[in-house]
Amino acid sequence: MTDGTTAPLIEVEHLTMRFGGLVAVDDVSFAGRPREITAIIGPNGAGKTTVFNCITGFYKPTVGRLTLRGEPDYLLERMLGHEVGQKAKVARTFQNIRLFPGMTVLENLLVAQHNKLMRASGMSVFGLLGLKRYRAAEAAAIDKARQWLERIGLVADADRPAGELPYGAQRRLEIARAMCTDPRLLCLDEPAAGLNPRESSELNELLVSIRDLDGVGVLLIEHDMSVVMRISDHVVVLDYGRKIAEGAPQAMQNDPAVIRAYLGTAEDDADA
Amino acid sequence: MRDRLPALVKDAALTALVAAALGLFIVGFKTRDAGQGLFFDYQLVDLAVAVATIFFGRLGLQLASLGLKWPSFALGAALGVIGAAPLELPSTFLHWFVVIAGVLIILRTIWPWANAALATARHSQRGRAFGQRGAKWFGAILLAAAVLMPFTSFADQKTMDLAVLILTYVMLGWGLNIVVGLAGLLDLGYVAFYAVGAYSYALLSTQYGLNFWMVLPLAGMFAAAFGLVLGFPVLRLRGDYLAIVTMGFGEIIRLVLLNWVDLSNGPAGIGGIPGPTLFGAVFAETAPAGKQTFAEMVGIPFTSNQRLIYLYYIILLLALVTNFFTQRVRRLPVGRAWEALREDETACKALGINPTNTKLTAFAVGAMFAGFAGSFFAAKQRFISPESFTFIESAIILSIVVLGGMGSQIGVVLAAVLLIGLPEWFRDLGAYRMIVFGLAMVLIMVFRPRGLIAHREPSVRLHPARAGP
Amino acid sequence: MAYFSQQLINAITLGAIYGLIAIGYTMVYGIIGMINFAHGEVFMIGAFISLIGFMICGTLGISSAPVAILLVLLMAMAFTAVYGWTIERTAYRPLRGSFKLAPLISAIGVSILLQNYVQLAQGARPKPAGSVIEGGYTLFSADGFDVRVAWLQIVIVVVTVVLMAGFSWIIAATPLGRQQRACEQDMKMAALLGVDVDRTISLTFVMGAALAAVAGMMFMMYYGVVDFFIGFLAGIKAFTAAVLGGIGSLPGAMLGGLLIGLIEVFWAGYFTSEYKDVAVFAILVLVLIFRPTGLLGKPEIEKV
Repeated sequence: MTDGTTAPLIEVEHLTMRFGGLVAVDDVSFAGRPREITAIIGPNGAGKTTVFNCITGFYKPTVGRLTLRGEPDYLLERMLGHEVGQKAKVARTFQNIRLFPGMTVLENLLVAQHNKLMRASGMSVFGLLGLKRYRAAEAAAIDKARQWLERIGLVADADRPAGELPYGAQRRLEIARAMCTDPRLLCLDEPAAGLNPRESSELNELLVSIRDLDGVGVLLIEHDMSVVMRISDHVVVLDYGRKIAEGAPQAMQNDPAVIRAYLGTAEDDADA
Repeated sequence: MRDRLPALVKDAALTALVAAALGLFIVGFKTRDAGQGLFFDYQLVDLAVAVATIFFGRLGLQLASLGLKWPSFALGAALGVIGAAPLELPSTFLHWFVVIAGVLIILRTIWPWANAALATARHSQRGRAFGQRGAKWFGAILLAAAVLMPFTSFADQKTMDLAVLILTYVMLGWGLNIVVGLAGLLDLGYVAFYAVGAYSYALLSTQYGLNFWMVLPLAGMFAAAFGLVLGFPVLRLRGDYLAIVTMGFGEIIRLVLLNWVDLSNGPAGIGGIPGPTLFGAVFAETAPAGKQTFAEMVGIPFTSNQRLIYLYYIILLLALVTNFFTQRVRRLPVGRAWEALREDETACKALGINPTNTKLTAFAVGAMFAGFAGSFFAAKQRFISPESFTFIESAIILSIVVLGGMGSQIGVVLAAVLLIGLPEWFRDLGAYRMIVFGLAMVLIMVFRPRGLIAHREPSVRLHPARAGP
Repeated sequence: MAYFSQQLINAITLGAIYGLIAIGYTMVYGIIGMINFAHGEVFMIGAFISLIGFMICGTLGISSAPVAILLVLLMAMAFTAVYGWTIERTAYRPLRGSFKLAPLISAIGVSILLQNYVQLAQGARPKPAGSVIEGGYTLFSADGFDVRVAWLQIVIVVVTVVLMAGFSWIIAATPLGRQQRACEQDMKMAALLGVDVDRTISLTFVMGAALAAVAGMMFMMYYGVVDFFIGFLAGIKAFTAAVLGGIGSLPGAMLGGLLIGLIEVFWAGYFTSEYKDVAVFAILVLVLIFRPTGLLGKPEIEKV
């Protein structure tokens, strides 16, 4: 888990995103590695979510290159929104949870396995005919969903509408749903927001297990510094759209630029 | 109660005042074209009665919502009696208007009790089990009744005609339910695909002599192809824009049919369309040269009902195929993706689901079923013209889906019976039918946005033994 | 050249009417982001009220055309505005916060309801209206063709320009306009700052309906005939105008109305009148696909 030893999984180079006259992200470069949790932190409006939206194909960056290393490499900025998930295997969660609230917990996890199941159902033809091949694939998908439900402790709630779950459970379900797409890179946008301390520590365990057991690279936007300090391997600090620091979590804690960004300098104390 | 009364009266008076302002010109002064210019038929008395009814109606509803049961009940009953009394009101409509106001007040008065009773029943253990099994049983009984219907004593000409009509709308409703209910795409031009199916059969049968069963799959394919071609550019649009654009397409197709006389014979329509055959046998008194009639083939005397019964079974079969397909596809990845798209398109994209393609399949599949229904319509009517494919038709189908409960199959059946069956049975209602449609759409959205049948059955369960939430 | 000029005059007149209706779509869309599908029907009701208003003036013996026009204009605006207010209050307001297609479905319901209500109350047959203002002015003659501008056309364009200027002023310079713009930007924040959001939205509908009533009156005088179905096509065309100009933008609605008037009249004048409505629908579809923000609209950024 040390910096710079493994080859990077995601490389962000000179990423710039402008909305009209507003520069939301300004020449940001960093890398995330497999089996590592890379935290992106910074005050509100620093451009963290915009970076995510560029990586996951929701925005087309104004300038910059986003490479997902693998066989082959994927240039994410050139892909259509859904291809980033489908081909490059980048999954994400959202700041304000976006489950399919009217569908059950289990259905949410099956929708995440759509592309795999779609192939198995022969673009629906085998499925309509009820062929064995599709039934086996569906059983495997349900089994995978069950394993994730066990990991997030929601087996008993599998047949409830996802929208009825308590808030913390919805957060965990959204992560499990993203994991059901078999991602190589998982982008989590403030997963600990609104969680109580117990839920928050459960979340930490889940994220660490995703890193260690599933071998997935994780990008994490988080405001809760205790989460960042405890589980992240590498921290990138953004402020006003620029990267102001990068390094190991403990180093960031004492970095003067980071402290200034968070606490403000003497003259703009009032805004901080 | 006494101190509240002035406020209530004031509120009712304001409502009545607004109603009077709304009705003053449109209702109060009916214009009549008497050959040389327009004249007034004054309907100010009608207006006054209607406004007074609204005053008391509003008062009664407010009393009921405050829980003042006896006054509101009395007011409702009084209105009911007055409406039903043989007074000399200018029109029967006004009698109905007053009666309905009375009934509404009474319903509003007993609503809390009824609601509480329903809720207890629904939440009791037995109630839940009953609800789940009940739905299944209800469906099975409905199906059995539908299959046996032609052999019962109800099956006279009029009823069979109506049954065929209702089933046609059930099928269209089920088809549109795939697009609106499952995929959440508000398609206001559904009738265009119905028209494509109808004209496919009309042209292929009259020009090239193809029979119904040969054209049926072709018509579905044509309609689906149209769906793909039209859908491809527009399905990226936001929901409300999509609705308007599909309506535009519906109108474009109608206008083209109206004006492209070489293809469609324009407003004069296409006549002489052959009815469907059964193994080559026709349903008529005498067969054309080289063919035989169904009666000859089976060796029974000919009756005109045979054709109707045959049509009935065709549309029943087509509708059941639509239903079977929908039930099946809901459990497939593509069906789940449709529902997921309806719930949250952004989340779908993040999961690597191609939203455009997924929507396109829903759009094309829905179009295909409309195409089937369209060819059936042409074969049944034996004459079609662009007049049958107006926006109103799309709106009727949509209101069936909305009223039934978007995504609910049994709801569509209920809504089709209510919206198509009732007005046909009670002919007097015909003139008010579209008003009721419009009103129903508003009221459903305001009071019960998920439709009559709001229950959604999961497409798959992890714990099948422990049914129920 | 003469033919072209005549068409141009006709197109501007028609465009003025579409522009007036389009403003109603655009204002409502701007403030609550919904397509008020029933707006075409409000326009139709405005036309009917004007027709009946003129007949009442005739019955009362008001023979001066300017007085009658002014009276009917005010009456139509006031009474049609009640329709706009009622529709919002009963069919849309309870749906704020419901699922996203609910207001649109409700609006379709209102549209069907109003159409059939007028059909029932006033009959299905088209109503011929006598002309209120006759005559015109021959601008010039060329190629053996008189280019005429009817007094009525002048009245339509002048009234439209005055009203549009008035409403633009209301939006730009009055407290009401400021509140409307505030609600457009951020309804929650506006409410927190003490803007009465419900009232502002109501007034938006009232203003839109009043302008639609004017359009209805102009339409009635210009074509000399109304029926219960005129709202459908006129509504679609005005909506197209609003989208073409950039929905949410007031100058856009006027520009769009003008363009749709031009397209319709010139298409009918130089190609075939059968397909003029198809042309308008096609434009609607093309604009929505290729430039959904219209000519003067601002791009929307998808919030994730």
